[in-house]
Amino acid sequence: MIEVNNISKSFGDTQILFDVSAKFETGKVNLIIGASGQGKSVLTKCIVGLHEVDQGHVMYDNRDFSAMVRKDRKEIRKEIGMLFQGSALFDSLTVLENVMFPLKMFTKMSKEEQIERANFCLERVDIINKNNLLPAETSGGMQKRIAIARAIAMNPKYLFCDEPNSGLDPRTSIMIDQLIQEITYEYNMTTIVITHDMNSVLEIGDHIVFINQGKNWWQGDNNQIMRTDNKEVIEFVYASGFMRNLREKIING
Amino acid sequence: MSFFEHIGRFFIMLKSVFSKPDRSKVFWERFFNETVTIVINSIPLIAFLSFFMGGVITIQTASNMESPLLPAYTIGYITRQSTILEFSPTIISLIIAGKVGSNIASEIGTMRVTEQIDALEIMGVNSIGYLMLPKILSTTLFFPFVIVISMVLSLIGGWFAGVTSNLYSTETYLLGLRYFWEKDSSGLYYALGKTMVFGFLITSISSYYGYYTKGGSLEVGRSSTNAVVASSVAILLANYVLTQLVLV
Repeated sequence: MIEVNNISKSFGDTQILFDVSAKFETGKVNLIIGASGQGKSVLTKCIVGLHEVDQGHVMYDNRDFSAMVRKDRKEIRKEIGMLFQGSALFDSLTVLENVMFPLKMFTKMSKEEQIERANFCLERVDIINKNNLLPAETSGGMQKRIAIARAIAMNPKYLFCDEPNSGLDPRTSIMIDQLIQEITYEYNMTTIVITHDMNSVLEIGDHIVFINQGKNWWQGDNNQIMRTDNKEVIEFVYASGFMRNLREKIING
Repeated sequence: MSFFEHIGRFFIMLKSVFSKPDRSKVFWERFFNETVTIVINSIPLIAFLSFFMGGVITIQTASNMESPLLPAYTIGYITRQSTILEFSPTIISLIIAGKVGSNIASEIGTMRVTEQIDALEIMGVNSIGYLMLPKILSTTLFFPFVIVISMVLSLIGGWFAGVTSNLYSTETYLLGLRYFWEKDSSGLYYALGKTMVFGFLITSISSYYGYYTKGGSLEVGRSSTNAVVASSVAILLANYVLTQLVLV
């Protein structure tokens, strides 16, 4: 489980996060949603340590990550997998080398074992016979799946996904969502997904945290978000006429 | 950001550069790859430039020597001294700063804006050490060998230009090249020493500008330009300081 307790973060004179607290449970797909510029990405970067928090604590299974020195953080980071918005695959490495990279850096596996593990992860995300391609030679959806394969290569306890559906067609988006949900349950990971995609919110949101004006404005699950009367959540999630109609139909049975 | 803040951040970065690599096997693999990419792949350009640079030095020297009291072998002597002391180490370093410096800054800068560096950090990799140490070490250690090749080709270029223009015979040119060599040979060590300093400056400064790129593709281009400008200025300043310290 990941807990954030009373986190605040400023850049210069601009305060982005105000006393944010939330719990992200193991074995669940936890979503962080909110409009652009409200602090979702900053919150995630604070959780993974790319930004230092000004105050508050980030706890990974009761281990205070924010109070750790770099060397100790390194141990926790080996338990983290992250899927970036732009996939962040290494341009100069092939698909197979990308997935093997964390294994090569942090395990004592032989090269054959690394290849076997990388192939297993690639097959798990349905990437077959693409080992020798460079990331630039694959499609956007494939790059996301390769990045997921790299993220799960080390058998992480925590998985972070930064807008995994951005730039993808609806069918591929659903496929990526399902994949994230499946591997979360399969490996019993603590998964945190930042998303704008309302389909993801309704489909895979076991626990949803709505960030607004740098605060934890609302939290609940995908059933509760359908029936909430929180004005800001309704304005954000049900912004389109279609979604408003859908909500009314659900509420009215 | 002020000049002094850049200097401070540069030295803090160097501390991370020279920390122990996460995996020595991966480090050596990258070290040899970078040696090929940065050093070996620069040899054709350097060879071409050096040959013609040597030819031009010879012709320029010969055309400016009007006194009949100066023997013809002086041309060879001057070509040797200018090539070894300044043209090969300094001019070639400036050209390498343009070629390699922009390449390094744009490579690392692109990794920064596409979150590849964040991905390294999240995995627990010391991204500064992983990306920069192989580049800096391979250039600092092997750049002098490239400069030796440049010196040799420059002197061959000087011979070719002089002999084909009937400025002197091969024997006269060789006599000039050997003249006062016992006394002047220490200049070679000075040149190779400063080449190591230039190699370090080019890769570390370019890596610095690439690593701290913020924004998108426009900023990557800007970092690349800044890296070349800053490396060139640093080379010229270091050249002046080293010349003062060693030769004066």
